[in-house]
Amino acid sequence: MKTRINPEDVFRIVDKHNNSQGAIISILEDVQATYNYLPEAALRIVASRTSHSLVDLFGVATFYRSFSLEPRGKHIASVCMGTACHVRGSRQVLKSFEDNLRVKAGGTSTDGEFSLSTVNCVGACALGPVAVVDGDYYRNVKDGDVSGILDRASRIDGALKMTDDERVFAVSVSCPSCNRSLLNDEHLLDGHPMIRVTASFGRKHGWIRLSSLYGDYRIQSEYAIPKGVVVHFFCPRCHAELRSGRLCPDCDAPTILLLVRGGGTIQLCSRSGCKQHFLDLGG
Amino acid sequence: MITLRINGVTAHVENGTTLLEAAEFLGFPIPTLCHMDGLSPYGACRLCVVEIGEVGQSRLVSACTYPAEEGLVVRTASSRVVSNRKMILELLLASCPQSKTIQDLAAAHEVRQQRFRQEYEDCILCGRCVRMCEEQMMAKAIGFRGRGENRSVGTPFDVKSEVCRLCGACMQVCPVCELRCTFTEPEKAICGGCANLSPPCVDMNEYEDMMCYMNPCVACEIVRRDGELTAKEIDDVVV
Repeated sequence: MKTRINPEDVFRIVDKHNNSQGAIISILEDVQATYNYLPEAALRIVASRTSHSLVDLFGVATFYRSFSLEPRGKHIASVCMGTACHVRGSRQVLKSFEDNLRVKAGGTSTDGEFSLSTVNCVGACALGPVAVVDGDYYRNVKDGDVSGILDRASRIDGALKMTDDERVFAVSVSCPSCNRSLLNDEHLLDGHPMIRVTASFGRKHGWIRLSSLYGDYRIQSEYAIPKGVVVHFFCPRCHAELRSGRLCPDCDAPTILLLVRGGGTIQLCSRSGCKQHFLDLGG
Repeated sequence: MITLRINGVTAHVENGTTLLEAAEFLGFPIPTLCHMDGLSPYGACRLCVVEIGEVGQSRLVSACTYPAEEGLVVRTASSRVVSNRKMILELLLASCPQSKTIQDLAAAHEVRQQRFRQEYEDCILCGRCVRMCEEQMMAKAIGFRGRGENRSVGTPFDVKSEVCRLCGACMQVCPVCELRCTFTEPEKAICGGCANLSPPCVDMNEYEDMMCYMNPCVACEIVRRDGELTAKEIDDVVV
């Protein structure tokens, strides 16, 4: 499995950290987030672009267990082998992981899906044995639970990528009239509640759910919305129309206004297919 | 100026002087292994351990890295220091018994045997070669890799480094490997220069003051005939 390295991507990561002396770990973390491991070519590019030598980068990359010089699986499973977890039977849990994935600790399954590793303590000794899969912590794991844990990790495929990209983050929004939350916990997208509002266009009137991840344009709607139609949005609680009074600079459609929890507003173009939006966290 | 007492003798030293330098200035011998003039203090081998502080509240520090402090009381050969130094030597002997440097140090400190499981490592991770490469040769071709029991010295990705000029200084300063030119075993030679008929000292006749740190390397004294050395000739040269 050879990863193609685009030098421009690596340059961008290096430039983001202003080539400061202390940024070596941050740069390597970002490179690993991009490629899922630290490719040799990428390390050489980082060394040529920064004041760090390849020796220093390699030393840091091999010192920390969280860095990998080998391609890793799509999902990362770690079993805690700390003292508390050990006495509560983490050896059996690890063996169950190894049997389920048919790979030894430290390896990657042949289908490239899972990498299995052991860690020496995750700081949750009271919950042991602890397993961490894709950043989700599982407590009191028994060897019978393992296949279920792995199934769950396989099912939420793609969620990892969305959360790895730091341009994507969840916004918590509320109605500007009644200030009640518009998030709907019953419908999750990538593990985040969706924004549920009422939509009206033509003679159709029904619910619409928007992804709450900023930068994610996925929607779910009761009625299929034709492209280019201007939709009116209403708060499902107080039924006030969510209008900002501002027009979309791209298509002159009215924009809708949502309050962002913690301060600020977000305005979205109401025309179907138009991705114009403004996020104002200052107000 | 800083005033401190070493083994009961008052010394005045410049600010920034290490305890090792101060003790040497006074003539108190402190054994060292990873320390080397011209390289930054590292404190890896702990052989230069000394005791500081008043009796009862004293502690052990490495003399090569500890800066002299005003009023500090230092003992370089107390019984606690000596017993710790012997233990360190025993541990070094346990990992690298073949090193002449370590054997000599052990003999000088009356360590006749070691009580640990015998190993035959080829590196004690003193970092001399790493610092030499970086600080004197300005190359940074080798460095530490991994950590814990997997820590090792070498080039990134175990391939020949692009910044390595085959100067051989890393071998020269190594207290353990004491490698000499291995041209009789070309596959083990770090440079392979003489075996590949391009010895690094091939230009020696162009310089009047040519010196070779790899003494005795004798690569430049090899007489070549048709680019090949017979086994007998190689033996002659080695002997």
